[in-house]
Amino acid sequence: MSVSRQELLIFTVARLLEDCRSVAVGASSPIPGAGALLARHWLAAKTPSRRLFLTILGSSRLNAMTSGGVELFDMAAQGRIDAFFLGGGQIDGHGSLNLVGTGHYPATDVRWPGSFGSAYLYHLVPKVILFREEHSRRVLVPKVDFISAAGPRDDGVYRPGGPIGLLTNLCWFAFDRSRHRFRLETIHPGHSLEDVRDNTGFDFDVAATITETPLPDAATLATIRGPIARQIADAYPRFVKQVFPDAA
Amino acid sequence: MPQDWLLGSAEALAAQVPDGAKIAVPHDTLGVPMETTRALIRRGVRDLHVVCVPIAGLQVDQLIGAGCVGTLETSAITFGEHGTPHRFHDALKRGAIRLLDATCPAIHAALEAGRKDIPFTPLRGVLGSDLVRHRADWKTIDNPFAENDPILLLPAIRPDFAVFHAPFADRDGNVFIGRRRELATMTQASIKGALVTVEEVRDVDLLASEETAAGTLPAIYVAHAAIARRGAWPCGLWDLYSTDEAHFRRYGELARTAEGFARYLDEFVHIKRQAAE
Repeated sequence: MSVSRQELLIFTVARLLEDCRSVAVGASSPIPGAGALLARHWLAAKTPSRRLFLTILGSSRLNAMTSGGVELFDMAAQGRIDAFFLGGGQIDGHGSLNLVGTGHYPATDVRWPGSFGSAYLYHLVPKVILFREEHSRRVLVPKVDFISAAGPRDDGVYRPGGPIGLLTNLCWFAFDRSRHRFRLETIHPGHSLEDVRDNTGFDFDVAATITETPLPDAATLATIRGPIARQIADAYPRFVKQVFPDAA
Repeated sequence: MPQDWLLGSAEALAAQVPDGAKIAVPHDTLGVPMETTRALIRRGVRDLHVVCVPIAGLQVDQLIGAGCVGTLETSAITFGEHGTPHRFHDALKRGAIRLLDATCPAIHAALEAGRKDIPFTPLRGVLGSDLVRHRADWKTIDNPFAENDPILLLPAIRPDFAVFHAPFADRDGNVFIGRRRELATMTQASIKGALVTVEEVRDVDLLASEETAAGTLPAIYVAHAAIARRGAWPCGLWDLYSTDEAHFRRYGELARTAEGFARYLDEFVHIKRQAAE
């Protein structure tokens, strides 16, 4: 039974969310969205009395907020969002994110959309999962050209939140908030430590034992391909058509 | 009741916006006033200060491409899955607009300060971001109520107008905005209120029932409205109609160059004027 790259990532995201009560997923994030739906599915199966509150921006059905766009940010400040996902055109070894562009600001060589809510949510959400499929030296850099959201640092700034790690097409790095560095924990099947080193532009630590990222079992795969794919189609019809054509 | 708030067209609405005005505009899922945008381009408005609540897409790319924008204040410019904002990128490269890069909660918070007409508001997070370095109008202070707690201060945003598109107004000019509360916030923060296009005016009273009143922007905040059927096109409107993907593709091909964008304007924006001439 073969497991696609996307299915492995969806499964891994769901595992990272297992102890969460309330999860929000931002724009352009079909895989985190599907992973959060899977985590919700597991919680409902294991503990029917507890619900995982899930907000997928861009979806009207998977969205329980009624106070406008500000509500997500207020909820984060209130401690009512356990986990959120952030990415970036560049991510550096100290966990700083660049969603603005490369080169000299503001006339950047490449311009990305902008910082969105990253500069704020990165400080306030306890479990920020950095998610970026492309694992390359142009994305994972020693130092970002523009800091949209600053990585954790000892600057005395109120910061109950921050990154727990970085998930890519190759591996899962945990983020050590006291050392301000990433630590390689698991490598996805089919890839090696050498692949990760060759494609990572920043310095990182390596866990004493590196394991292979676990794969979903047959029942989980069936759940991802069936109900989860159908649910995420509400917000990401194009993604589902491409990756799960049978569910589209 | 005389409907003095109701103007005859989006052209009349656009005529209310003077050069140099500061306008607040909504992001793509709220109701993008594309018909008003086309009317603003036809009128040749200049030097707008556009505040995106909290991000924007096609509307702003077109206003920039047509030379209408002096200052852009936004947390992102994106077409989502529907292409690249080439005119925005081109303007940045040429230094043709002043860019005030922000983050979504900062724009929301500054508008909430604006609607209270207080001069500034604090916001958590953000410190350490280069956004702060490039925003001379943002300041960091020590929390006066605690020790060792630096915090960001943002000046309030008070636009001249909020400009958006909504499904309908009632006969008294109350506008239905559903749960999209940021439309109320940005309108109430605006000195002159909302310039809003609607799909239709219904002969009902939205304030008469508790259920509809909760999702209503009262008429006192509405400067003027006009009917514009499919006024968000080619953007979608709520669950009433969806994004015209084919048109976005066409726009994406043409707006890649200044010449192509000019042809787009001739074909899809200046048509009314040509018809009148």
